[in-house]
This record gives sequence, structure tokens and C-alpha cells, in this order.
Amino acid sequence: MTVMAQASSNRWQHYYTPATVEEAVEILQRYDGEARVVGGGTDLLVETRRGLHKPVSAMVDVTHIDGLGEIAVEDDYIVIGCGVTHSQIVRNPHIIEQGSCLAESCGVIGGPQVRNVGTLAGNVAHALPAGDGTIGLLALGGEIEVAGVDGARWMPLQESFKGPGKSFIDRYRQVLTRLRFRPTGPGEGSAHHRVMRPQGLCLPIISMGVRVALDADNVIGDARISMGPVGPVPHLAEPAMDVLIGKPATAGQYAKAAAVALQNVELRASKYRATREYREQMVRTFLPAILERAVERARQGLS
Amino acid sequence: MSALRMTLNGRPVEVEVHEARYLSEVLRGELGLKGTKIGCNEAECGICTVLVNGTPVSSCVFPAYKAQGANVETIEGLSADGGLHPLQQAFLDQGAVQCGICTPGMIMTAKALIDDKGAALTEDEIRTALKDTYCRCTGYGSIVRAILQAARGESRDDSGRASASSPVGQPLPNPNARAKIDGTARFTDDYEFPGMLYARTKRAGVPHARILAIDTAAARELPGVQAVLTHEDVPGHNRHGLVIDDWPVLCDDKVRYAGDAVAIVAADSEEIAAAAIDLVKVEYEDLPVVGDALRAAEPGAPLVHDGRSDGNLLKHIKVDKGDVEAGFADADVVIDRSYRTQSAEHLFLEPECSIGIPAGFDPGEFGGQVDDDAVRGETARHAKTTIYVGSQIPYQDRDQAAAALGVEPDAVRIVATLTGGGFGGKEDITGQIHVALLAEKTGRPVKMLYSRQESLLVHPKRHPTVIRTRVGARNDGTLTAVQATLYGDAGAYASLSEKVLTRATTHAAGPYEAPNVKIDCFAMYTNNVPSGAFRGFGVTQSCFAIESTMDILAAELDIDPVELRHRNALDIGRTTSTGQALRESAGLRECIDKVASDMRGDDFRWTWDEGDRRFAWGVAVAYKNTGLGGGAPDRATAEIEVWRGDETHAEVRISSAEMGQNLPGVLAACAAEELGVPVRNVRVLLGDTDVCPDGGPTTASRQSFVSGNAVRMAAQKAAADQAEHVLVRYDYEAPQTRPLGAGGDMHFAFSFGAQAALVEVDMTTGEVHVRKVIAAHDIGRALNPLTLRGQIEGGIVMALGYTLTEHYIQEDGKPWTNLMARYKMPSIEHAPEIVSHVVEHPVAAGPYGAKGAGELPSIPTSAAITNAICRATGVRVHSLPVDQDELLRACAAGVDTIELGWGDLEPIPQVALGGRT
Ligand SMILES: Cc1cc2nc3c(=O)[nH]c(=O)nc-3n(C[C@H](O)[C@H](O)[C@H](O)COP(=O)(O)OP(=O)(O)OC[C@H]3O[C@@H](n4cnc5c(N)ncnc54)[C@H](O)[C@@H]3O)c2cc1C
Ligand code: FES
Ligand code: FES
Repeated sequence: MTVMAQASSNRWQHYYTPATVEEAVEILQRYDGEARVVGGGTDLLVETRRGLHKPVSAMVDVTHIDGLGEIAVEDDYIVIGCGVTHSQIVRNPHIIEQGSCLAESCGVIGGPQVRNVGTLAGNVAHALPAGDGTIGLLALGGEIEVAGVDGARWMPLQESFKGPGKSFIDRYRQVLTRLRFRPTGPGEGSAHHRVMRPQGLCLPIISMGVRVALDADNVIGDARISMGPVGPVPHLAEPAMDVLIGKPATAGQYAKAAAVALQNVELRASKYRATREYREQMVRTFLPAILERAVERARQGLS
Repeated sequence: MSALRMTLNGRPVEVEVHEARYLSEVLRGELGLKGTKIGCNEAECGICTVLVNGTPVSSCVFPAYKAQGANVETIEGLSADGGLHPLQQAFLDQGAVQCGICTPGMIMTAKALIDDKGAALTEDEIRTALKDTYCRCTGYGSIVRAILQAARGESRDDSGRASASSPVGQPLPNPNARAKIDGTARFTDDYEFPGMLYARTKRAGVPHARILAIDTAAARELPGVQAVLTHEDVPGHNRHGLVIDDWPVLCDDKVRYAGDAVAIVAADSEEIAAAAIDLVKVEYEDLPVVGDALRAAEPGAPLVHDGRSDGNLLKHIKVDKGDVEAGFADADVVIDRSYRTQSAEHLFLEPECSIGIPAGFDPGEFGGQVDDDAVRGETARHAKTTIYVGSQIPYQDRDQAAAALGVEPDAVRIVATLTGGGFGGKEDITGQIHVALLAEKTGRPVKMLYSRQESLLVHPKRHPTVIRTRVGARNDGTLTAVQATLYGDAGAYASLSEKVLTRATTHAAGPYEAPNVKIDCFAMYTNNVPSGAFRGFGVTQSCFAIESTMDILAAELDIDPVELRHRNALDIGRTTSTGQALRESAGLRECIDKVASDMRGDDFRWTWDEGDRRFAWGVAVAYKNTGLGGGAPDRATAEIEVWRGDETHAEVRISSAEMGQNLPGVLAACAAEELGVPVRNVRVLLGDTDVCPDGGPTTASRQSFVSGNAVRMAAQKAAADQAEHVLVRYDYEAPQTRPLGAGGDMHFAFSFGAQAALVEVDMTTGEVHVRKVIAAHDIGRALNPLTLRGQIEGGIVMALGYTLTEHYIQEDGKPWTNLMARYKMPSIEHAPEIVSHVVEHPVAAGPYGAKGAGELPSIPTSAAITNAICRATGVRVHSLPVDQDELLRACAAGVDTIELGWGDLEPIPQVALGGRT
């Protein structure tokens, strides 16, 4: 019989599964930095097992909170609770239709076992420069709700990123409770693509998402482009977006957007993952490809 | 402690468990359900998959309390009512169970899928759902067939086969498979003994250093620690090794690689043992690191083993036939190219585990019963020091452990448990000696289970090599000379390097007749992880080199590559590089013909485009010896006991390892065939050194041939004796072979094979997918077609991983590959369609004509794939594994070769033909 003789450095003492946000926040407050929020645990616990995190006394599992295990379609938003897994998102007909790039980006995460427990909230709170779900939500113009002792407030997703793996969400004191985005309507479309390699760590070479709005004259009214890893945090490619807005949706224009996107970021070589040249080539190939796909989806909504 | 309540396999359970436990730990620990297996504890391998509310999850990172109130299903729930679930039946029928360590997780993942999709389930859906549930043995083909069979509610009636009077040649399921599909099969970590302690090893962590001091005081004082041992506590010989005893049981003067063992601890729990290991302090003086084989060969290189007159040279292996210079002078074309192959990890899904039981152990002392199964119902007492281990070589484990303990070999007993995959990676000693030492020191059973990370760090890998190959031919394609120079990185200890690299050397000219051959191979000690046996045994590497060069030659001469191979192929009447004239059983040309005609089919094209994707075929051939050869006596002793009554029953006993290759099934078939009884009446006992005579090592594709013959002959003798109870012991010795260099028969048989690979290269990313492999193998005789298909599919997919995804990366003696997350073996998404033709050119001395089949299928695959890539893209890959980044940039730049494989930082070093010496 294996008995847990004493708390070893990568174990905790208590595992809480609060049913309300208030309760979760109260537990975190009580532990005063000695408790950590956990979602599916597919990042946190794998790392904890390896001893990569400072030991905590308690884990506060926020996937059992009433009402936050669902995807809700509200007037202006599709709202995703922090208990919602990637598998739920991938299967959700509203997100497939009106947030395609989020469904696509969550669909490439890990394998089924990871998607069945890993949450979008966890992907966002983990704050990697190229978390796939995060890249997808960023392109959609996502917002997140963060709750703490001072109550809850909504903020734009991109304001939460502090650095690689670092978030302005205090994961010892705050709960990312909900995520939302405006669903794409008629004349709008979105798409995501990721390039991987079959060797080494399961980290993307490049992950990109786009959202476009198209008018009846084939002119792009609005565009958002997200990408990573191109720097310390998930990147919103604003200059490239500007290249597209007000311009016709053509292959030439997409290529220009890709060129501008490349001019404005410092792509780097990462050992055993990709050379700079390869990364650039992937942006040149796939940014236009997903723009094309998103525009195609927008056109379908128009017809 | 709190109460965890859940519905487990349909029944409510409530257990008191610590809140920091993972579901896998509670299932295997408190609840005693050992059917859920652990392969990595990293959420990577998927073999720990269970269903929570109907959904597959990795239980190793799933906090137990997350399952509070949930409905949990494990493999044990599937056949709870005694009958088999259709999936379980289908896994049996299709031979989808080999070592079986992945089977429970695989079945549970598949169950959720079938529950969801029902009979409409498609193959694509299976591939998506099983993406992260890995199997290292089967190559996935049989798993897909099994899941489809179960989903469609089909059944296969095999009852007739099991009672057939001539079982040899029948597709019979592995007799061990039944226990592997319902979670009752027990691997070493599934055994528990009363009073058992848990052990851990202090690893060097540095690749090369002199040990100045080892301080164990703090570790000894930690409550719960029962023993801390260093080299001073090894009573016998502090070295082990299968060929040369150069590997310290516990390091004394130096550490020579990062995984070296410096101290061992036994404690009341794993956590305490781990904490104690951190308290062991070792003071080192760092020494310069020898990072690869070529550096090791440089004059003045630091010495890995002090005081050797040959420096870091472990062995210079030579093949010399005719006069190569004359041969090159005679050639119209000479091709001279260099290749590099990487270090590769076996990644058997069961990490190493050993349990030591002290001599005279009485479970009663600890208020416990030993479960009978644990000792095969034979005795509950352990009169001798006993080691439970999933071993490939039980008798050598025994002898090495006895030497370290300072006792006679007969004072140690090895009980070989089921092995969750080996592939050559479980031949060397890992924890066997350590647990024996700790058990004897503490007087208690001691279990040492390696974590996946420790397994990656410690056990021998496939040899990284640099191979320069020079081939001369006439305009009609006839070979005139082959020269090759190989440098093999043996790592820190000898292990089986000499044998492996001998095989690389003797097979370096390919399965061809060349009149003039000169091969030089330098096995070099370095401060890397030792290299040892790995399916293919060195031939994998040299085959990649020669078969790449043959395609270059074909292009140069503008001869069809199939034709070029056919023309030069070994055949009866032709002579190998080592001077062995083949007199029988050389079916290579038939293999080539079979593959070529299948590949060429209707409207055949070597290459074509579909949008951005480019398709092309590539071909390669190979041969592989059966048995140890080289003059080494190759023996196996088998015992058979026969009871004649209303029905005749028999028990076969031979100490050999079952790693999922269905050795028990093959041996049972041999015995049943001779005795004329149904195969189900034959029981096979393997691998208990006190019960089973020595079957020799499970290596060199020798078991079917050597052990098969031993059993067959024992059974023949038993059949001749009509007494009611017969016991026969038969010592079989395989036909005599001659040492390398002596000419004549170096091996008593060779298997031959040809493969064609269809690859798809995505010209936008450089990604390579293998879509189809057509294979033909001459293995003498298919003793069991179901088992053979499993070996072929598993071997090809394993080789595909070696070619495209796998590289065990070391940076100056420090492994970068320190997690399973950093080493990707092929998943089901990589598995191609495999069409397999069996060619049967029987070998007279083999059992029913059979020769080895375990390794051959994984040998020609790499070159078949890279030859196809070259045809598709015009780019020749010289280093494995293929890097899509390099490939795409080469295509864009119009460069026709790439020298960097994934994980390589430097181009292939220049090697002088004949070597530096
Ligand atoms: C085998 C494997 C493959 C993977 N592949 C991919 C991949 O392809 N792409 C990818 O993007 N990711 C991948 N991941 C990473 C991971 O699965 C995802 O990032 C997942 O979305 C994380 O969610 P989670 O709920 O499991 O987060 P957790 O592990 O529970 O948490 C992650 C971090 O977020 C914090 N946190 C979680 N939820 C909240 C919350 N509601 N409020 C505040 N803080 C919170 C935690 O404290 C922790 O710091 C993979 C992981 C594994 C094990
Ligand atoms: S995924 Fe859990 S043991 Fe490997
Ligand atoms: S049978 Fe799948 S890993 Fe061995």
C-alpha cells in the first residue's frame, strides 16, 4: 500500500470544488496566496507533478461552479463558463457557426483526453504566447470576466497578458469566471490555423486566427488577426489589420497583410522547433489561407 | 483525509483518501484496481485512460476529488459479469493485444467512442479519438480492425482453430491475451507484497565527473528510510554488463553519464524515498565531456574509461572481402555519400520495475499473505533471493545479480513477469541488482519503479551513427565494390555495443552480392547514455545508408531502382560480405517481385501531384540474421511434461521472455503439433529461472528458431514415449556458426524483405506522411500469421517513427529529451495502410522451416520512406529524422540534399574511409 506519508513538495493538502464564485473567492482569500485556482489541470497539474510550481496548501477547482459549466447564447454574446472544456466548445453548434475560429483552435489542442478536461479559461489564464484557444478567442475580440474580493469585472482578453506564462489574472486570488465574444453575423467569418511538427514538444510553430466582416461589394469592413508565438504574449497584428480594412477581399490584399504582419513582428528561431525563415514562410502561406477561408464564410452568410 | 464517493463500474464506493491524490493512484492503490496502467504521469501516453461520466480522461493527472460524485468506469467494469465486452473479444480476435500494457486504456478510449457513435463508426473517427492513446507494439492496424469489428457487432469464430490438430500456421490468439484485455494481467508494478518498501536511485545528473565524496547521513536520518546504499555496500562484484563488465552497480570512482547510479534508498513510501534521494549529497570534480563518437576518436580526447590502451575505442569491427580498390577501379560509376542516424528511445510503455524479495522471506511476519499468483502458485515462501522483473534475459539477470550479491548464481531466482514492451531496451540491468541488495539489507520486499523520466535517462538507446558509404558499379548496375566506414556512439558503457555494431558492419553492404567489400566500424565510448540493443540491432542504421546510396546509384545509372536491387540481390549460390555462400532459404528476389508487382498495379506512377501535395513511391530491401551467430554457441533448453488421460495435457517450460510477440503461442503450437493435441491443452511457462531451463536471451530474432526448435524436439521425444506421465528435457543447439573474419557460415539463417512506401509531402509545410507501405518478407514459414502480421505492422510503424518523429537528443552528455512530452513516437494518426506479403522459403533446420521475423520488418522502412521523399521533392535526406523545416527550405532554395535531421545542430562530420586509425 502506498500511503501519502507527508505532503511532498508537489502535493497540496486540500482540494476544493466550490459551487459558487463567492465561495471560490472566499477560499482563495482565506488561504491568502497559499491556494491556487485549477481548471482542468492539464497544464497546472502536469507542471506541478514536475515540481515547477511553488507548493500550495490548497487547490480550488473552479469547474464545478453552478452555471459555469455551460455555453450560453445571450443577446449580443456567446458566453463560455470557466468550467467549459475544449470538447464542449468543439461540439457546440453556435460556436461552430458563429465563432468558427474558436471551434477550430480548441479542436487542435492535445488529444481527446486533454480536450475532455482542459478548459478555455485555463488556456487563457495560462497565458502562453500561443495557447491555441487563446489565439482563437483573441481573433474574435474576446473578453473575459475576472472575479476577486472586489467583485467581478469584464475586460478585453488582450489586457490580461503580462508575459510568457504570466497573466494579470492573479491565479492565487482571482477566478476567470466567464469568457465571451460577439458571434459572427451575416457577412462575417472567422478561421484559425496552426502549424506543428511531429517531433519534440507539443508547441505550435505558428498559430493564427482571423475574423473579418465583408460588405456586399466584397470590401472588408473590419478585420482582426491574432498570432503567436511572435513575442512574449499573444499578438494582435494591428498594422496587418489596417492593411485590410476598407480594401477589397483579394488574394493580393491578403498577401500584403501577411507581409505587413511580418514587418511588424520579430519572428525568432527556437531550437528544435522552427527556424525564423520557416516561421515567416508559414505566415506568408497560411495567413492568406485563413483570410480566404474566413472571407468565404462571410460570403456564405451574405448569400 | 476525506471521503471520496463515486460510482465505480456501476457500484457506489466510498474511500478515505488524501485530497492530493490522483485518480489513477486511488484506483491502483486504495481500490486495488490494477487494470489501469501508468506509462508517463505526464498526460502524454493515454494508457491510464478511464471514463469519467462516460468521457475518456487521463487518470494520472486527474485529481481524485475531481471525480467526487462522478460515474467512473475502468477496464475491470467491462467484463464484470464474466462475459467479454465485444471490444475485448474483438481485440482478441484481431490480435490487437501484444504486450498488453496499453490495452486497458485503449479499450476504454474505444468504448467511449463506440458508445457515442455506434455501428456507424468510421476509421477516421477512430483515428481522431485515439490520437493520444499510444501503442508501441501493434502499429495500430489490428486495433483499428478490432474497434470496427466491435462497433459493427461482427464476430469471428476461432473456436475451431484452437482445437485444430495442426496448429502450426494457424492465426491463433496469444494465450496471455485473455488476461490482458480484462485488466487482470499483472506487470511487475502490479505486484504487492506484505511489508514492501519503495526504492529510488540517486542519479549522477552530470555526464562526466570524479566522485570526491558521498554523504548519506541526512538521508539515513529521515524517518521512514530503511536503507541507503552506496558502492561500499555492494558485497560482491560492483560491475555488470552483458558482454564486458564495465558498468558499476553503484558508481565508485567516476560517473560516466548523467543517468549513472550513485546511491539507492529504500523507504516506507515512494515519497519518503524521493525525499531521501534529495538528501544524498555527492561532491564531484567535473571532467571534460566526450559528447559524440567522432570527438571520442580524436587524439587526446578525454578518456571515458581510464587506463584503456585503446583510449575510447571499444571495438574496431572489420569486414574484408576481395580488393575494394580493384573493385572501384573496375567501376563505371562510384557514389560516395555520408549519413547520420540519431539516438532513439524504445519507449516501451511500461517503465522498468523490479521487486526484490530477501531469501527466506516470511510474509507472515508482516501480517500478510503473499498472493499465490505472484509466485505462480508454486510457493509462498522465497527460499532464495528472488527478483521479479519484466526481463528479456532472465538467466543473465540472475548471474549478474548473483555476482553483485557475492553469491552463487543458483542462490538467486528470477521470476520474469509480463513485460510491457522491450524491443531490446530491457536486456541490460536496470533496477534488478539494486532491489536485491536493498531487500537483503532490509530483510523486506523492495519495489523499484522507474518514472518515465528516469527510464528515459537511464536505459540504453539505439546507437547514433555516422556512416560513409562508397559504392562502385558498372553501367549495367552490377556492383563492383562497397566500402563503408561507421562510427557508432556506444555511450558510457559497453552493453551490447560490440554485438550491435558487428551487425551494422556485416550488413552494411546490404543484401547484395558485391565481389569486393571493406567495412570498418568504430564503436566509441562517450559520456552519452549507453547504446544497446534495439529492434533491428544496428542493421537499421546501415540499411538506411546503403539503401539510400543504392537509389542514388540507380538515378545516376538511370536504371529502375527495383531492377538495380533485383540484379544484385543475394540469392542461393551467392555470397554475403562475410563470405557466407547461401545454400538455401534466400527469398529476397521473390520479395522484390511481390512488392514491385503490387506497387506497379494499374496505371502506376512513381510520383504525382494533388494540389499542394506531392506523392511518390520509394523502395528499399534488407536482410537480417536469425540467431546470435559469429561462432557464439546458440542454445536453448526446454522441458516438457506430458500427462496422458482421457485427454492429453502438456506443460512446456523454457526461460525466455514474452514481450507481446506471442512466444507462448508459438511454443504451444510447436508442442501441440508434435504431440498431436489441441493447442489449448498445452500450457507454457516462461522465465522463472527455478522452474524453467535456460532458453537463452530474447534477442536477435532467435526465439522462434532456437527455443521453438528446443520445444519441438522435446515434444517429439515426448510423443515417442507413450507413458502416462512423461518428462523430457531437451538441450537444443543451433547449427554451428563461424566468427566474423573466418569466412564460412557466420549465421545459420537470414530473413529477407522488401518494402515500398508511398509518401505524401505537403509542399506548403514540408510535412511528410506515409500513406501506404507494401511489404514482403521471407521469414521461412509463418508459424502464426496473426502474430506475424502484428510483428510486421508494429515493426513498420516503429521504423516510421525512427524516420520521421523520433530523436533522443543529448547536448554534450545532457539529455534534452527528459520527458515523454519531448519524445514523440508515432500515434495512430501516423500509421499508414500496410499490405503485407509473406514469402516462405523454408530453412531446413528451422522449426517447420521458420526463421526470425521480429526485427526485419523495421529495417528497410527508413530508406523506403526517404527514397520516396527524394523522388517527390528532389531532396535527399542524409540525417534522420526528417525535418520538415529543412526539407521545405531545401525545396524552396533548390538544394538537393539535407544534412540536418530534426534535433541536429551541426552538419554531418567528415569521416575518412577506413577511419582515423
Ligand atoms: C498532452 C497535452 C497536449 C496539449 N496540447 C495543447 C495544444 O495543442 N494547444 C494548447 O494551447 N494547449 C495544449 N495543452 C495545454 C492545456 O491542455 C491547455 O492549455 C488547456 O486549455 C489548459 O486548461 P486547463 O483547464 O487544464 O488549465 P489548468 O491546468 O487547470 O490551469 C492552467 C493555468 O490557469 C490557471 N487557471 C485555470 N483556470 C483558471 C480560472 N478559471 N481562473 C483563474 N486561473 C485559472 C491555473 O492556476 C494555471 O495557472 C496540452 C496539454 C497536454 C497535457
Ligand atoms: S497519460 Fe497518464 S500515464 Fe501516460
Ligand atoms: S500492445 Fe500496445 S503498447 Fe504493447
